[in-house]
Amino acid sequence: MNIDKFFAFYKKYGLFVVIVVLALFFTVAAQGFMNLSNILNIFKQASIYGILCVGVTIVMVSGGTDMSVGGQVAISGLVLATLMKSGVPPIIAIIACILTCMAIGCFNGFFIAFFNTAPIVITLCAKLMLEGLAVVVTKGIPIYDFPKSFYVVGQGFIGGVFPVSIIVLAIAVAIGYLLLQRSYFGRKLFAIGGNREAARLAGINIFKTRIYSYLICSFFVGISSWVLLSKTGSASPTAGASYPFDAMTACMLGGVTFGGGNGNVLTTFLGVLIISMLGNGLLLMGYDNNVQQIIKGLILLLAMCMDAYQKIRNAKAV
Amino acid sequence: MSERPFLSTQHLCKYYPGVKANDDISITINQGEIHALMGENGAGKSTIIKMMAGASEPTSGTITVDGQTFTSLTPQQAKDLGIEVIYQEFNLVPSMSCAENIFLNRHTNQGFLVDAKDRADRARELFKELGVDIDPDRLISTLSPGQMQIVEIAKAISTDVKLLIMDEPTAPLTVAEVELLFKIVADLKKKGITIIYISHRIEEIFAIADRVSVFRDGHYIDTMKVSETTRQELVAKMVGRELTESYPSRNVELGEETLRLENVCGNGVKNVNFTVHRGEILGFAGLIGAGRTELMSVIYGAEPLDSGTIYFHGKPVHIKETSEAIKLGIGLIPEDRKNSGVFQSWSIAWNTVIMCLEKVSGKVFVDNKKEKEVVDHYVRELGVKTPSNEQLVKNLSGGNQQKVVLAKTLAADTEILIFDEPTRGIDVGAKQEIYALMNDLVEKGHTILMVSSDMPELLGMSDRLVVLCEKEQVGIIEKKDFSQEYVLDMASGTK
Repeated sequence: MNIDKFFAFYKKYGLFVVIVVLALFFTVAAQGFMNLSNILNIFKQASIYGILCVGVTIVMVSGGTDMSVGGQVAISGLVLATLMKSGVPPIIAIIACILTCMAIGCFNGFFIAFFNTAPIVITLCAKLMLEGLAVVVTKGIPIYDFPKSFYVVGQGFIGGVFPVSIIVLAIAVAIGYLLLQRSYFGRKLFAIGGNREAARLAGINIFKTRIYSYLICSFFVGISSWVLLSKTGSASPTAGASYPFDAMTACMLGGVTFGGGNGNVLTTFLGVLIISMLGNGLLLMGYDNNVQQIIKGLILLLAMCMDAYQKIRNAKAV
Repeated sequence: MSERPFLSTQHLCKYYPGVKANDDISITINQGEIHALMGENGAGKSTIIKMMAGASEPTSGTITVDGQTFTSLTPQQAKDLGIEVIYQEFNLVPSMSCAENIFLNRHTNQGFLVDAKDRADRARELFKELGVDIDPDRLISTLSPGQMQIVEIAKAISTDVKLLIMDEPTAPLTVAEVELLFKIVADLKKKGITIIYISHRIEEIFAIADRVSVFRDGHYIDTMKVSETTRQELVAKMVGRELTESYPSRNVELGEETLRLENVCGNGVKNVNFTVHRGEILGFAGLIGAGRTELMSVIYGAEPLDSGTIYFHGKPVHIKETSEAIKLGIGLIPEDRKNSGVFQSWSIAWNTVIMCLEKVSGKVFVDNKKEKEVVDHYVRELGVKTPSNEQLVKNLSGGNQQKVVLAKTLAADTEILIFDEPTRGIDVGAKQEIYALMNDLVEKGHTILMVSSDMPELLGMSDRLVVLCEKEQVGIIEKKDFSQEYVLDMASGTK
């Protein structure tokens, strides 16, 4: 009985508890963690992943996955950078950046839905091609130096303190939430991820809905690519190599199941926040990226075990 | 009473490779009636309703609904015509709530966003109408099968349903839930909804149906008014056929006891008691869902034994893993041959030795010479027709694949063989070969447990029959009392 109560509590508030515990830990252990500018910094770091993960959540809920988000970021970033360098106004370049991603998403979605192939394989192909292509066309040299106005989104502050990128993040999460959790279209995504045959018999067009899911995912990838370039000021062909794994980690921490049918944009955001806090706190403590990897892996493993154990218990109870 | 047809089929056929699932079916469903479809497993009832619902396409023939004639329907067309189906396997999304499942893919309010509260209220209203109390926000995955059934019904009546098709609706339900379901079905009929009701349980037909149509082996046999027929007549029509296939006779002296089950419960099956001897074929009769395959899983150690005792040669054994069963000498020839019996994309030789690798291996590597000996032996013994032992199993016919499964099982030195649907999907000639092999095996001292839904086969091959109904043993029938009617009667649960 007590264990049941514990699990009920964990299911509802587990992510918050992890966030609070991490915050307390880093407040004590990492100097300079608990102050306003650092907290805003964490959110700022979270913004790029956060926007990306809105898209990945949508794809995963519908039973897919997208390994190519990093490649999409690299290619679309290069498109954005090259266009701006050749004098195209930033706003047009940004639209082209987002459309580039959506075109790739359309490619992914079509191959997955038409051939009914495992999404992980098709998007892995896309990842390999895109990341390779990015290095080939640039010969590995980053592109930088853009119009000043372009940096506002990634580096600007409102009132001198509040980062603009957090506002973009908030808008992206809000759109994702309305789309996935509240809209009719969102219900279709849950349905095809949760039980494809039931969805088919309910008259849902599986083919179209799957393609849309990848299109929408890529839309958010495009936005995050834009924010990333605006923040770093340099389009690197190797940007985003670790994105698909980090995005999946954050999504699954946030309760998205790998096979589809479960997930919430808001809890995914909490997952993103946990990952960002870890990165920030450990860096302040002087640990490098590799240590972060170990801890991320451990936390995800722990979260998966908790879920699996709960499922085994439930199955026995019935 | 006016009898206006709501739906009729004309010469409807559905062929699958090698199987005529429906052959020339012409049937009429009248407006407002409860029309039952009956027939043995594989008679073609589920096939025809799938075509009515647009879930599968007819090979030929037409369907007429409300005066419009179609050569095939899509799921959406069928819905628009007011046809809703509740399939045996529920079509619900487990990770979504009751309310969301009821209104799946429907625009319940204007605009882009779903009014979830409104959906929940409407779902609650529907549940109230059905006289049940389920929280519409509960996830499907937390419901009992009975509650899921209710959600399916709510989903169907939330639309402008004119014809509700229910495929074995009572199979997963408890007695109390069945009563509730009957009440709901009667209420729906009062509202003028036409109902097609598929059930194996004869007493249910007499309890609620107006007319009943009988199917057999993919053919339509007859339609009768329930008030003008009897249980005996129904059973006779369902069984109908003479024993067209012959079963090779055997003369085997039964030996000592090999396997005995005492009060065995597990995997949902309750209270099984039987003893089987060397040289015996013990058949297991029952309808789909009676728990025969489930019981075999327990004996084979694939599912845990909850209580009771299994005796192997008189000694109690605790089989916790399938490997332990194999070591004892129990082998399973599974129902789903293609997926669980053989490795399709590997050769006959590879498959044959997969369960006895120690026997054909040196310290580390497989000994090709020993492997060849074993494989050659069984391929010859069982008469697998193949140009080479390196032939991939997926290129073999069903009958030859079944022989490979048998070779694989026998090569592991098994003594008790569990045959689950040994001849499903196998053509007539190959069936005879399988029967001859089974006779051969018992003559050599093996023991066979055989699950089959093919009634003549069960009666023709078995020495005795254990009958299961709703996951419980209802009796054992001796050879001298064998008759299709008797078995079917017992298996459909006249208690």
